[in-house]
Amino acid sequence: MNIVFLFLILSSFVIGLITGKLDDVVNAMLYSSKKAVEVSISLIGIMAFWLGIVKIAQKSGLINIFSKIISPILSLIFKDIKKGSPAFSNIALNISANALGLQNAATPFGIKAMKDLHKEAENKDIASDSMCMLLAMNTAGFQIVPATVIALLVSFNSKNPTEIIIPTLIVTSIAFVSAIVLSMLFSRIYKG
Amino acid sequence: MKEILSAISVMLLPLIVAVILIYAAYKKVPAYDSFIDGAKEGLFVSIKILPYLVAIIVSVSMFRASGGIDLISSHLSIVLHYLKIPVESLPVMITRSLSGSATLGLLSDVINTTGVDSYATKLSSVIVGSSETTFYVLAVYFGAIGVKKIRYALIVGLLADIVGIVAAIIVSRYFF
Repeated sequence: MNIVFLFLILSSFVIGLITGKLDDVVNAMLYSSKKAVEVSISLIGIMAFWLGIVKIAQKSGLINIFSKIISPILSLIFKDIKKGSPAFSNIALNISANALGLQNAATPFGIKAMKDLHKEAENKDIASDSMCMLLAMNTAGFQIVPATVIALLVSFNSKNPTEIIIPTLIVTSIAFVSAIVLSMLFSRIYKG
Repeated sequence: MKEILSAISVMLLPLIVAVILIYAAYKKVPAYDSFIDGAKEGLFVSIKILPYLVAIIVSVSMFRASGGIDLISSHLSIVLHYLKIPVESLPVMITRSLSGSATLGLLSDVINTTGVDSYATKLSSVIVGSSETTFYVLAVYFGAIGVKKIRYALIVGLLADIVGIVAAIIVSRYFF
């Protein structure tokens, strides 16, 4: 991440100098942090609500029951999660909410799952294989119906806005599976 | 299929919440107190990810403002032209992993310049609809737990995005 951060900022200065857009770069530097605050603030409510609901399920033991049911499937992909971990339930909820396009619920479930994985990790500073796997599954963004894009196409009076559904489903499935396979591959070859 | 899915989507969340509350009542767990406990956690998590979001959003915005993405586009457009892929879709492909809101803006640009039923629009729509903003997801998920070494997570995320773009090009050519 350090290299990416340095590259993005330093190259933006150099490219800005060449293209004569250095003032835009400076403006972006000073004002775009506001957007980060807006995103983080807008997450507070939804995050508090769903983590509150998940906590009820955790205290009643429902999460444990669900984890036991779902863990045989998920442990094929998440190899280093301990047996009976609540992470299994939260991962399953995260992926299903994502698949149905319910991002507002998916993110809190995913974060809860990350925290479960983090609790079990031996080294708290390093992302474990399971954390990388869960992240890859989320960055691939598996979704059955791309609602936002369809809404945009509808707003521009597209003749057939739903014709992208099947191609998108095929592509998102390919990307999702390749994210899982790539994570498995990298977990073997990447040490340290 | 779309109707069935949207029916499931509408039903799913009320169902999850109802099952959780009914089971808690059955087990005599104090639902309200537990909720407050968890909700506090949610508040802290949202605040905790702020520094990570600032780092990602500011550096990506600066890179975009400098014209860095246009620079990459102009170099890649020759290759795309050769492969008969619409050049208009290129900014969408490059921005997809970096910024979600910028990508939607660029998709609108593609629609405005090439028309809503053009091939470039359909290809871009498939690319936008089939992927997530890798950098944003990374900031939020790893920010919440504060890991310092992300190991291969970003590489895998970006490689999967590239696989997705290639798949989108092939699948779109077949369908449209």
